[in-house]
Amino acid sequence: MDETKKPNEKIPEKPSTFEGQNMAPGKTGDRIEGKDPAKAPAEPSQVPAQDPAAIEALKKEAEIAKSAPPKPPTGAAPQPSKPAAAPASAGATSDAAGNVKPPAAKPEAAPPKPTGPTPQPWDSEMVQRFKQRYGSGIQEASTYVGQPYIVVDSSIARDVLMTMRDAEQFDYCVDVTCVHWPQREKPFDVVWILYSFPRNERVRIKTMVAENQSAPSVQDIWTTANWLEREAFDMFGVKFEGHPDMRRILLPEDWTGYPLRKDYGIIQQDQKWVQIHLGIESGQ
Amino acid sequence: MSDDIKTTTPPSHLDLDTPEAALYPKQAIPDETGGRTFLDTNELILNMGPQHPSTHGVLRVILKLDGEKVMGTECIIGYLHRGVEKIAENRTYAMFNPYVDRMDYVAAVSNGLGYCEAVEKLLGVEAPPRAQYIRVILTELNRIASHQLWLGTHALDIGAMTPLFYTFRDREEILKIYEKYCGARLTTHAFRIGGCLYETYDGFEEDVKNYVKYLPAKIDEYEQLLTTNRIWVERTKGVGYLSAKDAIDLGVTGPVLRASGVKWDIRKALPYSGYEKFDFEVPVGENGDTYDRYLVRMAEMRQSLRICQQAVEGLPEGPIMAKVPKIIKPGIGEVYHSIEAPKGELGYYIVSDGSTQPYRLRVRPPSFVNLQALDKMVRGSLIADVVAVIGTIDIVLGEVDR
Repeated sequence: MDETKKPNEKIPEKPSTFEGQNMAPGKTGDRIEGKDPAKAPAEPSQVPAQDPAAIEALKKEAEIAKSAPPKPPTGAAPQPSKPAAAPASAGATSDAAGNVKPPAAKPEAAPPKPTGPTPQPWDSEMVQRFKQRYGSGIQEASTYVGQPYIVVDSSIARDVLMTMRDAEQFDYCVDVTCVHWPQREKPFDVVWILYSFPRNERVRIKTMVAENQSAPSVQDIWTTANWLEREAFDMFGVKFEGHPDMRRILLPEDWTGYPLRKDYGIIQQDQKWVQIHLGIESGQ
Repeated sequence: MSDDIKTTTPPSHLDLDTPEAALYPKQAIPDETGGRTFLDTNELILNMGPQHPSTHGVLRVILKLDGEKVMGTECIIGYLHRGVEKIAENRTYAMFNPYVDRMDYVAAVSNGLGYCEAVEKLLGVEAPPRAQYIRVILTELNRIASHQLWLGTHALDIGAMTPLFYTFRDREEILKIYEKYCGARLTTHAFRIGGCLYETYDGFEEDVKNYVKYLPAKIDEYEQLLTTNRIWVERTKGVGYLSAKDAIDLGVTGPVLRASGVKWDIRKALPYSGYEKFDFEVPVGENGDTYDRYLVRMAEMRQSLRICQQAVEGLPEGPIMAKVPKIIKPGIGEVYHSIEAPKGELGYYIVSDGSTQPYRLRVRPPSFVNLQALDKMVRGSLIADVVAVIGTIDIVLGEVDR
């Protein structure tokens, strides 16, 4: 099928995301600046003095940022330190191109700083009721790009979810999943996405669990959680307390390791399993 | 067991549940080891799949049978697991875009739409109106194509061969439109984050309009073959019943939910990509059985045509790409966005850590969740109905396993 690509050449603007050569450096800089109101006052005049080498450096920096240990979700504070360190190297490569302007690289190479919106506090009647009932157990209630979420303590999570269904009419459990933040004390976010047919609302409930701590199962509240929890266990190793059948679902039952954890490499496999079951030396 | 009772063994043709059988003492059933004179009534564990034509891929279902009656099922899935979510964490936002086509490969356009819209939401951009309309047209055509493929294979499972040829003949026209539009027929990668990459080709409107005119008669033809067909009705009516309450409890979405009488469609409830501008109905069933699910999907195809017509007639001029930075780098945050895919609610939950790659990308697959309802739907019915029910859920294993 590859040979039949693009029959009509009416391509207005090729978003060649990775081919930096046709990138007008100043333009790119402007765009990113434009998207970033917080960053705007920081020397915008020096942006045009960019060159492809710096963009290369930016990409490299992005790679570094990815391979570096991930940040916790609410970690807005540690952010400035990284941009400050990375642009230094970007500036150095610019020097090689002839222009000596280490500070110029800064505004361009700094976008790790959040460019988008920030979570806004969410205050609705439902949140009020929850706060009244659970007090400090409700750790956070916010919206991000208009999507509300509540962070609750893991000890009351099940109770909250039960209330969500029984009192707040959230009768449809859309999804149960996890997010792994290895740097955190409690490395797993367990996320329940709930929807209410009568209210036409979607809310996420999140809680944090520690390495060997189990999350509460909601399989008896919404039957749909049965497989979803099994998948979360399969991929993250988070056990769900009270689940009747806590087995792997997608991977073989005797597989070792939890692939969606951050310390599990993308090409990592259970070599022993591969050797025994597939009769080959390696799965690579 | 004493010898004197053994002499009163019932004749072999008697079913043990009949009143005649009750006349014989219960102890007359021979023990496991010997003296068996007729078929015993042990439960049978039967393995169906993964290599079975009616499982639509590599689904393995373990059936617990009592005679022909299904006492319980267990689905073994994951044969097609490729770790899509892990791949996403190691690709940039733009690089991951083609991968989503490989999940539900018969509805690749819908997958792409859901993904692009989720990332757009994260970036805070919106596709320009023209791009939205193109997206709507292609997605609705994709819904029709997906339903056609479903109908053909589902009918084939039940024993009707002709619909397969009819639906594939008509699906071909949609694939041709895709091919002309973006060069690919199945895994199209038609959309990009921020809009569409390709402008419509010359004659695109014409092709869509022609198809909208062409298909209704063909849908009538499908219906002529099946809707009042005695075999079809007998095989589907009352089979795989799912009540509205159970459907909601099981998180079932899409036509399966609507056939149970819940009028819920994300295109109406939480409109995206400009669906609020189009006038269309949400077909709903009453009985929640396989026959109603068939009717709902047939009606949905007609509604999709309506949307296509409105979209192609009102196709606005203008740019097809929003202003999206070349390097997509959303802020720190997370977003869940879902669309009404042909199979149900397809959601993307993306957690961004401010880098160029998603920190976590979760796909909420409709097939995976809907398949969970299989056990509820077939328990107590006959083994032949399992085939019908697997067909009626409309699963794609690429999406179940991801």
